[in-house]
Amino acid sequence: MKVEATIGKNMQPLLRVENLVKRYAKRSLAGTPEEFLALDGVSFTVFPGTTLAVVGESGSGKSTLAACLACLESPTAGSIWFEGREITKLEERACRQVRPQIQVIFQDPASSLNPRWSVMEVLAEPLILQRKFTREEIDRRISSLLERVGLSPDIVERSPTELSGGQRQRLAIARALALEPKLLILDEALSALDCSVQAQIANLLVELQGSLGMTYLFITHDLAMAAHLADEIAVMDRGRIVEQGQAQKILKHPEQETTRQLLAAVPRLTLAPPLLEQ
Amino acid sequence: MIAILEIQDLHVSYRSSGGGLCPALTSVSFGLMPGEIMGVLGESGSGKSTLAGSLVRLLPANARITRGAVQFEETDLLRANADELRQIRGRRISLIFQEPSLALHPTMRVGEQVRQVLAAHDSLGKSALNEQTRQVFDQVFPEEADRISHSYPHQLSGGQRQRVLIAQAIACGPSVVIADEPTASLDPTTQMEILGVFRNLREKLGLAMIFITHNPALLCGFADRVLVLYAGKVAECGPAETVLASPRHPYTKALFHSIPTVFDRPGNTRKTKLPAILGDSARSSLPIQGCPFEPRCTERMDTCKEREPTRVNLSASHTVSCFKYES
Repeated sequence: MKVEATIGKNMQPLLRVENLVKRYAKRSLAGTPEEFLALDGVSFTVFPGTTLAVVGESGSGKSTLAACLACLESPTAGSIWFEGREITKLEERACRQVRPQIQVIFQDPASSLNPRWSVMEVLAEPLILQRKFTREEIDRRISSLLERVGLSPDIVERSPTELSGGQRQRLAIARALALEPKLLILDEALSALDCSVQAQIANLLVELQGSLGMTYLFITHDLAMAAHLADEIAVMDRGRIVEQGQAQKILKHPEQETTRQLLAAVPRLTLAPPLLEQ
Repeated sequence: MIAILEIQDLHVSYRSSGGGLCPALTSVSFGLMPGEIMGVLGESGSGKSTLAGSLVRLLPANARITRGAVQFEETDLLRANADELRQIRGRRISLIFQEPSLALHPTMRVGEQVRQVLAAHDSLGKSALNEQTRQVFDQVFPEEADRISHSYPHQLSGGQRQRVLIAQAIACGPSVVIADEPTASLDPTTQMEILGVFRNLREKLGLAMIFITHNPALLCGFADRVLVLYAGKVAECGPAETVLASPRHPYTKALFHSIPTVFDRPGNTRKTKLPAILGDSARSSLPIQGCPFEPRCTERMDTCKEREPTRVNLSASHTVSCFKYES
């Protein structure tokens, strides 16, 4: 949409979402059925090799959006085009071809990795499920994945519980990359990590975008990190995108009240000038 | 002024399954002044939660407090017996934990959960108890106090649940509140709101607080003093304005630089890398001798490998443990 400045105009969008609606049925205490509109007409476009950050408060519909895009939830209305193909109405068989290309990384690496498996098993599972790799090829891929995310090969026998928070999130990224996806959805993937580890993982994401041309949908409530990683920012409020555009533009000239409130809530550290010059 | 809580030379270790002792806190000393907010900053594994637990002697069974003293009023909490501790915990010093959804009973109305705290510490009549519960709720929920006290935890948002925990903590009018990452699971808007509640309570009740976090930006404009823990040792301690604006310890400096700013620093083009601190502080990657930060430090010198730095006073209130400042 507004990324023409950096991306060629004739480039095909990787992901195009149009008027996406997700309604959840809920029942009030009295038993009368009520409806909850988690997504209320969401539209956007993401070009290959770029990052779109979706920011908003908790409950604004960010995670529902992620679930719909990853084919984990089916939207009530609207359409999602992935590489020019409508994926909301695909049958299960066709869906299986699309899913490996869209991978999700969740907030808490500790609860998204099986604690009873070794690092080796965690990484081998997606490859085994594809049924097209030999044992040797799987081993080879695992070692190249570990190297890619900066993990030492001698941790393959360990269980994820024996890894530090940063190592676990690196492992989650390695698992997501195993099937060579085109789109990575990062659902609050940095929020549960320490500040110093957040910086390491953010750098890894930038590095992977450079080397593999990855496309990211970065879902977060941390505007500062969104500003650092994203080309474009979409601000969500109660299921709608209220403002969208180039990251720096949105931050410098926010037009909506929601954006201004989010900006005001970012805790800021103002370092004294002499330190910045060092 | 006399410190309300004085921690002297605190050493805590954990016994591992193999029988060895792993040090979690080494020689931690500081004093908390009445009405002061002390921000404790550190990454996971730095000993933050061990510090919170050892101040009220709520540590896992395999923890050993090997040395030190924690003076509160006339009592040394580390040598107090179970009865004395029960008198102090929850009533004089209270603790707020990280995960508000796990700290509350899921099938009990939150009003009752606060009432039980009061009932456990004071022998009040039924109506006095109800009245007091209502007053506590009024303090943390200026609006809707009634509706919320009749709700179950699952009917409340994360921020509201955190406020209920605060209500429990202040119910008996403590003089010290220890908060262990109380805002970690909340979104920024709610985070700010909760910090506002704490600030408000400090003004009204004169609470002293130990506020534990891994996010230095949260302490800006909130804490009075900041204590930086690294691998169980105090790296730096000083007034918040000084430490947060011009940190001196290489770890504090590197940590602050690794946080992205909303607006690019001048000259920064997009998609540059953040100046992250390489490596990690896991037990296995700490050096056997010398400064614990030496392997990750960009300003290391030869002496850093040989012995540990001692505490240097930069000013009357600002101390740092680094050879750079030793003369």
